[in-house]
Amino acid sequence: MKLALRITALTYIGALVLVPLGMIFYRTFEHGFAAFWETVTTPAAISAISLSLIIVAIVVPLNVVFGLVTALALARGSFRGKGILEAIVDLPFAVSPVIVGVALILFWGNDGWLGGALPVIFSLPGMVLATTFVTLPFVVREVEPVLQEIGTEQEEAAATLGASKWQTFRRITLPAIKVGVLYGVVLTVARSLGEFGALTVVAGAVPGESQTLTLLVHARYIDDHNAFGAYAASTVLMGLAVLTLILMTTLQRRRA
Amino acid sequence: MITVSHVTKRFGDFVALDDVSLEIPDGSLTALLGPSGSGKSTLLRIIGGLESADSGSVAIHGDDVTGLPPQKRGIGFVFQHYAAFKHMTVRDNVAFGLKIRKTPKDRTDSKVDELLTIVGLAGFAQRYPQQLSGGQRQRMALARALAVEPRVLLLDEPFGALDAKVRAELREWLRRLHDEVHVTTLLVTHDQEEAMSIADNIAVMDNAHIEQVGGPRELYDRPANQFVMGFLGPVARFDRTLVRPHDIAIDAGPDHGGREAQVRRVSYLGFEVRVELVLPEGEPVFAQLTRTEAEELDLATGDIVWLRTAGGTALAA
Repeated sequence: MKLALRITALTYIGALVLVPLGMIFYRTFEHGFAAFWETVTTPAAISAISLSLIIVAIVVPLNVVFGLVTALALARGSFRGKGILEAIVDLPFAVSPVIVGVALILFWGNDGWLGGALPVIFSLPGMVLATTFVTLPFVVREVEPVLQEIGTEQEEAAATLGASKWQTFRRITLPAIKVGVLYGVVLTVARSLGEFGALTVVAGAVPGESQTLTLLVHARYIDDHNAFGAYAASTVLMGLAVLTLILMTTLQRRRA
Repeated sequence: MITVSHVTKRFGDFVALDDVSLEIPDGSLTALLGPSGSGKSTLLRIIGGLESADSGSVAIHGDDVTGLPPQKRGIGFVFQHYAAFKHMTVRDNVAFGLKIRKTPKDRTDSKVDELLTIVGLAGFAQRYPQQLSGGQRQRMALARALAVEPRVLLLDEPFGALDAKVRAELREWLRRLHDEVHVTTLLVTHDQEEAMSIADNIAVMDNAHIEQVGGPRELYDRPANQFVMGFLGPVARFDRTLVRPHDIAIDAGPDHGGREAQVRRVSYLGFEVRVELVLPEGEPVFAQLTRTEAEELDLATGDIVWLRTAGGTALAA
């Protein structure tokens, strides 16, 4: 019985995840490492990798700071419209990223509300906005329950011992929620690297300019009919994701 | 001295404190005693600055602290569930307030060592709170609160989360500590025995009001009303008055007067013997005797005896 369960689970995961991903991996290296290296170090590929990493580097601090503020407001405050705020935080989980992209164009685009006053669409700010939007819930959702669980007594104790609000946050609250924050960061990184839907709409995917790794994979495969180049870029993307996953598992283990 | 003047506090429609005034003498150990929901913890938190009063004022040693945050009140606060800083060692917990005040490291170290010795945790400095028992955690919390040399020490049900034996030990230990340290201390409790055994002074609270303030004996012997009488000890209703059951004397015959009653049940609770009786009109009464008294009378269910009050406290029922 146990064996049957195990085989079912393995077959399911294998057929859906491992075999297709393994195929990409195999195809990437079937002509040797040199061929792989050449195709992921073209100017377009390097630009795509760095653009993806730049987006992560901007999105993560943004969402950590605002995620912490929002989580604190939700966990520590009682105010009108708290329920609405809770729902809005979850909205990016519910709304398809493509819709996010369209909404951003409606707002920031040349024919949008702001009449293209700021160069957002088809450039880095637009991509950052889109990615920030879709990854907004992660830090909040990881940190808020931890804040609820630790309660306010430690913070009150720190206040009676003379600690200012900032000192209390730095020395008491932050260490207590540290693992939750890190977990939120890892999820944000993984999701930012993988974002595609919203970026297809707002980025324009100009190689060397506004093409991220996911967009590069798509362009090489669909537009350039360069399957090998797409596999190689996918492998780089997977490598980054696996790195984040390993980090996540280590953190999970430490939390348990 | 802590002076609370005309403090009122509402949470929505619920009135937690209704025009409460109280003075706590310097160097005393005062208990705020009352049932849950009586407002005692709210009053303590308002004195500590963790809650703000809707109206009224609080002064510590003559300084009006009503508008001050807890950081600036010069208080030490101890919570029911210890509020230990879980990611810090015992030493770092106790040193927290001193580090915030940027006390030089050698002074901090010697102060922490001294306090850990006083609270009996000298060998536990490098442990984490999870490695301590509840009683040890609460002693650590006390050392932490005392480290900053507060003008007043506020304790919110400090032994409430501990089992009965540890609670009794810590209670005695706190009393001895107070006799050494002499810091003005206010302790919230719902346990009358705890308040009676530890405090110089007790303020009994009920329903957002202070019912009576006085020494343990004064409150027990001269309660201001039925609530205080009932909260501080057992009460029996006899002859349209409320008396302490140990103030009811039982005679085998009618020589001393009194009223006839029949014994319903006799329970031996160690030193104390509890006798349930019934008066001719069917009204139940209960009395407490010492074991010696009970053995002399040799009471059994169904016996007819005579009851009278023998001094002590009586309130009209």
